[in-house]
Amino acid sequence: MKKLDKERVLLAVAAPVLALAAAFVLTALVLLATGKEPFNAFGIMFDYGVKADSQVYILNKATTYYLAGLSVAIGFRMNLFNIGVDGQYRLAAFFAAVVGGALKLPGLVQIPLIILVAMLVGAMWASIAGLLKVYRGVSEVISTIMLNSLSGILISYLLVDGRLADLDKQTNIVATDPLPSSSHFFTFPAGGGLDPIWGFIVVAALAGVGFWFLLGRTRFGFDLRAVGRSESAAQASGVNVKRMVLTSMLLSGAMAGLIGMPTLLNDTHQFTSDFPTGIGFTGIAIALLGRNNPVGIALAAVLWGFLERGANRLEFEGYDKEIVGVMQGVIVLCVVIAYELVRRYGLKRQQQRVGAELAAQARADKGIDKTETEVPA
Amino acid sequence: MRRVSTIAVAGIATAALAFSVTACGSSSEEGSKDAGIGLAYDVGGRGDHSFNDSAAKGYDKALKDFDVKGKELTAKDGDTDADRYDKLASLAEAGYNPVVGVGYAWTPSLTKAAKKYKDTDFAIVDSVVEAKNVASLVSAEHEGSYLAGVAAGLKTKSNKVGFIGGTDSALIKKFAGGFQQGLKDTNPKASLDVQWVQVGSAKGFGMPDRGKDIAEGMLSNKVDVIFSAAGGSGAGAIEATAGKKGTWSIGVDGDQYYDKGLAQYKNTILTSMVKTVDGSVYDFIKSVIKDKKPESGVQSYDLKRGGVSLSYSGGFINDIKPKIEAAKKKIVDGQIKVNDTYKD
Repeated sequence: MKKLDKERVLLAVAAPVLALAAAFVLTALVLLATGKEPFNAFGIMFDYGVKADSQVYILNKATTYYLAGLSVAIGFRMNLFNIGVDGQYRLAAFFAAVVGGALKLPGLVQIPLIILVAMLVGAMWASIAGLLKVYRGVSEVISTIMLNSLSGILISYLLVDGRLADLDKQTNIVATDPLPSSSHFFTFPAGGGLDPIWGFIVVAALAGVGFWFLLGRTRFGFDLRAVGRSESAAQASGVNVKRMVLTSMLLSGAMAGLIGMPTLLNDTHQFTSDFPTGIGFTGIAIALLGRNNPVGIALAAVLWGFLERGANRLEFEGYDKEIVGVMQGVIVLCVVIAYELVRRYGLKRQQQRVGAELAAQARADKGIDKTETEVPA
Repeated sequence: MRRVSTIAVAGIATAALAFSVTACGSSSEEGSKDAGIGLAYDVGGRGDHSFNDSAAKGYDKALKDFDVKGKELTAKDGDTDADRYDKLASLAEAGYNPVVGVGYAWTPSLTKAAKKYKDTDFAIVDSVVEAKNVASLVSAEHEGSYLAGVAAGLKTKSNKVGFIGGTDSALIKKFAGGFQQGLKDTNPKASLDVQWVQVGSAKGFGMPDRGKDIAEGMLSNKVDVIFSAAGGSGAGAIEATAGKKGTWSIGVDGDQYYDKGLAQYKNTILTSMVKTVDGSVYDFIKSVIKDKKPESGVQSYDLKRGGVSLSYSGGFINDIKPKIEAAKKKIVDGQIKVNDTYKD
């Protein structure tokens, strides 16, 4: 058994390494096709990405991406495709900003309250899709995509001067009331005139630990994974599948509620019309890349932040800025393909080994037979 | 689960190592001075046949006239303020001066950049940033749109007029508000159908197919004049009106009659509400590079200053010119106060 484990570790590491290497080669080919020198581009990205201010940027960005990856991964673990993380986090951040802007409580009370509001709103928005799936059999893929659209329209309706927001006529920016300074989340100073590192990274890390504990160490997590493997088998063993679907949708939504929090509490302190969009979809890529594993997702989130930082620089150096988008897309594709290939290879190896063992056993049995019955040649 | 923890430890250790090794590394700051003009476009960038292209025109002219170099960067969809700041900072670091942010979305990042790079002269289009080294280039879109409303009110036969906005942002509502007022003041019987290409997202400026769909919907409801303030999506609306006899479109930002990409539809482009972003950007660059007296504070490009105007290209509104000029005079003289927002 010990030996088998080692091989599994090797295979687990092989997939992302293989994927990244393949993505690297493919991107190099794309760069060559556009008439640019590929290794110079990678060099620029690396040099720029490891600089001190880039590191702060990457960590801050990864904090948001990590939460997005976790949120998607909760659904993925039980074969539930929550495509609606995007709408959930935006709606959650919006209402959290409204509540936070309206109150003036001590930070110790108000910050948890803002976070709680965000998680509740995210969970409630996700629960619509969950309820539809459980009671009406509506595919969560379809309903969450539609809910994304709806949440955008809802925010647009409320984020209007005189409703839940104010318009600054000079800057043309519509925003909710800013949070009182007591509700600004703490930061880690990075020194040397650099931007600070967002304190929310601590919450993100805790969320990761919570994710690992819940899914890996509890009965609930076991049931959830069991449903993900086979719904009917789980049902037969006494798991209430409907309840699991609803609960995991709620959890995924609550986690999605956290996605906007680093930006809101550590950066903008208000919800504006240009609050970051599309992070829910980035989360899907990151969850895939990180194999729905809390540590893998963290590495994927950092990688994503690094690539985006590099993208900014590449554009400055005269490369097409789309190249990083290509790179990200290629990485995700390669990851999916590599994981499948490695999984099949692993399965084949396992079958071979089992086959070999059985054959050996059969041979041994036969050997016994031979001695006993003396079959004529 | 043991296997997971092994990978976990390895992963964390590698990541920690990677970061600690480089944590004391240098910051990405370096550079010289006077590298040329830095221009940062909003989402869509050069080639949008509209707002960004207008800024590009001013920039191109400045490059030629003052014989300097320049660098253009473009914000992408989903960029955060940190991403935008990074672009402005890269330009300032590398010694580009002046640095222009095209579009109000640059407001927070440019405010921050102007504070850090005090020796660089910044400008922002369509917004106001209060700092000594920033010129805020704002236009009176509502005043120009009022005139477009006058033209639409006089030219419509069905008394049904349409407005297509890229998104329901405050800026686009300035266009809608002025247009509505001009229309109602001129032709009280006319009704206005206002639609947004994409609610709540700047993506609505780059969806010509959606623009065309919306315009076709309007046309089938007997709307016969459509004003689009929708960046690239407006091209779809222009295409749609060209497909139905007796209907007109009104262009925006640049004089779209002369837009090469729209040449085949130009005979149905009634007029364009021209917003001279090219002029304001050029003037600002000139003040920095040639006059060495950088503009600063709010530079208001209104109807009076010629910052917005209605084009007569094609001669389709020559017959109503006296009425338009009369309305223009009233606005310039202050007799008409134009709404700068739209309420539905």
